[in-house]
Amino acid sequence: MLQILMLRIFPLLFLSLLSLHTFAASSDATTVERDTTFAALIAQLPTTKLSKMAPLVDEIAAQSAPQVPELLQHLMAGELYYLKATKQLVYAQQNQQQSYDLTAVLNGGELAPVTIYALKKIRTNNRIRGQIRELLANIDLSDKSASVRMQAVKQLLDNPNKTGIASVTRLIKKEQQGDIRELMSVVLLIEQLANGALAEKIAAISQLTGRLEPAVKNALVKEINKLSAQQENSELYKALNNAIGKMEQDGDFYQLLEHLFFGLSLGSVLLLAAIGLTITFGVMGVINMAHGEMMMLGAYTTYVIQQSFPSLIEYSLLMAVPAAFVVSGLVGILIERGVIRFLKGRPLETLLATFGISLILQQLVRTIFSPLNRQVEAPQWMSGSLEINPLFSLTYNRLYIILFALMVFFSLLLILKKSSLGLHVRAVSQNRDMARALSIKSAWVDAITFGLGSGIAGIAGVALSQLTNVGPNLGQAYIIDSFLVVVFGGVGNLWGTLVAAMTLGTFNKFLEPWMGPVLANIIVLVGLVLFIQKRPKGLFPQKGRSVE
Amino acid sequence: MKNLLHCERFKKLRSLHFVIAILFIATLYVTLCNLFFAQGTLLHVSDYTVSLLGKYLCYALLALAVDLVWGYCGILSLGHGAFFALGGYAMGMYLMRQIGDRGVYGNPELPDFMVFLNWSELPWYWAGSDNVMLMILLVFAGPGLLAYIFGSMAFRSRVSGVYLSIMTQAMTYALLLSFFRNEMGFGGNNGLTDFKEIFGFSLQSPETKLALFIATAVALAFGYAVSHFIVNSKMGRVVTAIRDAEDRVRFVGYKPEHYKVWIFVVSAMLAGLAGALYVPQVGIINPGEFSPLNSIEMVIWVAIGGRGTLYGAIIGAVVVSYAKTRFTAIMPEAWLFALGGLFVLVTLLLPKGLAGLLASLMDKLSPPAPENRSPTPAVTSTPAAESK
Repeated sequence: MLQILMLRIFPLLFLSLLSLHTFAASSDATTVERDTTFAALIAQLPTTKLSKMAPLVDEIAAQSAPQVPELLQHLMAGELYYLKATKQLVYAQQNQQQSYDLTAVLNGGELAPVTIYALKKIRTNNRIRGQIRELLANIDLSDKSASVRMQAVKQLLDNPNKTGIASVTRLIKKEQQGDIRELMSVVLLIEQLANGALAEKIAAISQLTGRLEPAVKNALVKEINKLSAQQENSELYKALNNAIGKMEQDGDFYQLLEHLFFGLSLGSVLLLAAIGLTITFGVMGVINMAHGEMMMLGAYTTYVIQQSFPSLIEYSLLMAVPAAFVVSGLVGILIERGVIRFLKGRPLETLLATFGISLILQQLVRTIFSPLNRQVEAPQWMSGSLEINPLFSLTYNRLYIILFALMVFFSLLLILKKSSLGLHVRAVSQNRDMARALSIKSAWVDAITFGLGSGIAGIAGVALSQLTNVGPNLGQAYIIDSFLVVVFGGVGNLWGTLVAAMTLGTFNKFLEPWMGPVLANIIVLVGLVLFIQKRPKGLFPQKGRSVE
Repeated sequence: MKNLLHCERFKKLRSLHFVIAILFIATLYVTLCNLFFAQGTLLHVSDYTVSLLGKYLCYALLALAVDLVWGYCGILSLGHGAFFALGGYAMGMYLMRQIGDRGVYGNPELPDFMVFLNWSELPWYWAGSDNVMLMILLVFAGPGLLAYIFGSMAFRSRVSGVYLSIMTQAMTYALLLSFFRNEMGFGGNNGLTDFKEIFGFSLQSPETKLALFIATAVALAFGYAVSHFIVNSKMGRVVTAIRDAEDRVRFVGYKPEHYKVWIFVVSAMLAGLAGALYVPQVGIINPGEFSPLNSIEMVIWVAIGGRGTLYGAIIGAVVVSYAKTRFTAIMPEAWLFALGGLFVLVTLLLPKGLAGLLASLMDKLSPPAPENRSPTPAVTSTPAAESK
């Protein structure tokens, strides 16, 4: 009862408000005129048949009233309704109580919710929705924001249409932004190529040569396919062929760059995974099969931090790096003190014992966090990509991984080469007895070294949490690869590890397009095994006088 | 001195007889109890237990193979699962062809998965896979060849110690990845399964299961005897010497790599045999058998049983597998804790494994007889040379 009453009263109220509003806003005559034509046009919407809808929509879109884009968007989404009682147009959205929240089209005022029976939808079909999409894109072409305009031109480039091209022709002179104007001219050139006279076509081709946009290539290929066999010697054919050849060359070049980038980013992941091992295995000579589990602990630390500070997702990775270092480092020190120091000089036994530890850690994580994979969210700044040109863009997460890996690598290098801890570590690894004689506490150095290696593995885990699933088996997937990287690079040689990781990563990515990821992986593994047969000490063997 | 040597040899021969006797008695007991005591009676051994025991004996044979190279030659192979799985695949191919037209697609020539992949004929390497003799040859030749190629390359370039272990692990990992691919023609992810019969006997019938169990016991006895004679032969002594001081052996004029390749190949063949007997008893072979984790588990059996004793490997494999069966049934959560803890404790506290524990207990129980005691056999001493 109340609702019906409201329905009766509100339109009245609303009308009066509307008139007030229009009068208040209309500081000059043109605005008034604009708003009244818009109101008159949309008033036709409820009564227009579907078959007559297209011209009406065109007409509405041609209006300069500020409500136009919003109206069209809602019309496209099927959210534009009118009240049966008053024929007033509203945007309706279903709310929790099975009724509809209403917003008035003309002034954006909130209306009282009604049930579906009081509403009727303005119907559209696929053709009209397509038309609206184009119209909206063209409205965007003259938007105030440059990025919106850019997006609209790009969209037009991919799906050219008559109205769009017409607007570009109109707008290109007014465009302030250089790069947008350039892209607009490309749109026009493609149009000229497709529909112009022969001389115009050839002129367009010569201007389009060197562009990288895939749409340009598509247009050129489409044009060359139109030519018959007799025209193969014509000037047009030669020009087209030339331009396509140039584009393919460019494409190949950027393809190469992309593989290189992917390869380097895979190499950085390998580097991160292997770099902790370079210390524990390379410098200390301990085969730590639980190394992968140290990475897993790092990844879970990231997860825990995200869970404990849900409002700080953007900074969670930055917080996770020191936290993971501490967690994994402490566990590492614990392992060294509890197990490894009793197995000094027995590498194969160490291998078995640490493998046992890795099983325990896996099961521990499985018991605490369940065996299911955990979702670690990516912060905003990790998503998206840095577009260098239409064919070549660097995704931010890969870019950050490369930078991060290099950062970790060089800080480790600095620690080992410049700090007193590094000096002690090297001294103990080169000659334990002599180091002890010089009053270096070798037991303490061992524990700290192992903790450092494990802590770096934990940091690697933070990075890995962004790339793969965080689950109890995360570490196992990387352990073989990381050992191979260390052995390939030459045990105990940090630079060797860097070169080895990058080489393996790039190799893998260059082989991948030919033979698929699995086969590429196998080939790399077999190649490594063969390489080690030839040079058992790796790429950069350590020179020393130690006797077997 | 001569007396002493004689005594030692006698003692060793006695251990061979002892192990084979125990194996024989156990097999006989299980067989009789399975056949002649009705279900429900106290002494009955169920068909399930029989195939479970058959599986354990396969593991024991595999552990024996690992012990042969690790315990006696100091080669820690983390890729023995590859040889086991290759033997298993050889058997699996034969069993696959025995299905004939009883598969889902009813193709008399092609196994189901090939029909599924739209292959029109058998790949060349499946030729003759329905021939029993060829299958038996392949069970030994497949793993043997891989071990020969890998071993001769690795040992000639003197890859040893930890490096070798990681190489073997990479080898089995590469095979794991390859066998996962459908294009390899070994059933991809699912592997080979759904077997119907072996040599014309149904794999489902209790009699076949019992026969397979007995065959495994015989194979284990055979494997044990072979290993025993190898390690006690003159060649075996060179192999042990290589484990303890490879460089000295080389300086004396032997070629360690020949001996190493040779023992590696024998061990791989034993592992292949174990795999071939394993597959009909569990009814499936898939690429999971290649996983590095499996290979490490084998090493654990030997470490826990006590390496360099042969019988220790058998004890370790059976005990750990039994514990695994029990644990995973009662509290699956605790199994990895227990296994991991076991590794750590055994390597820390029991470097000679259960066999070492057994030997020291025996020494305590038996009255001291110093004049008859043989010098500590080299095979049980912890090799000092490994520390390099």
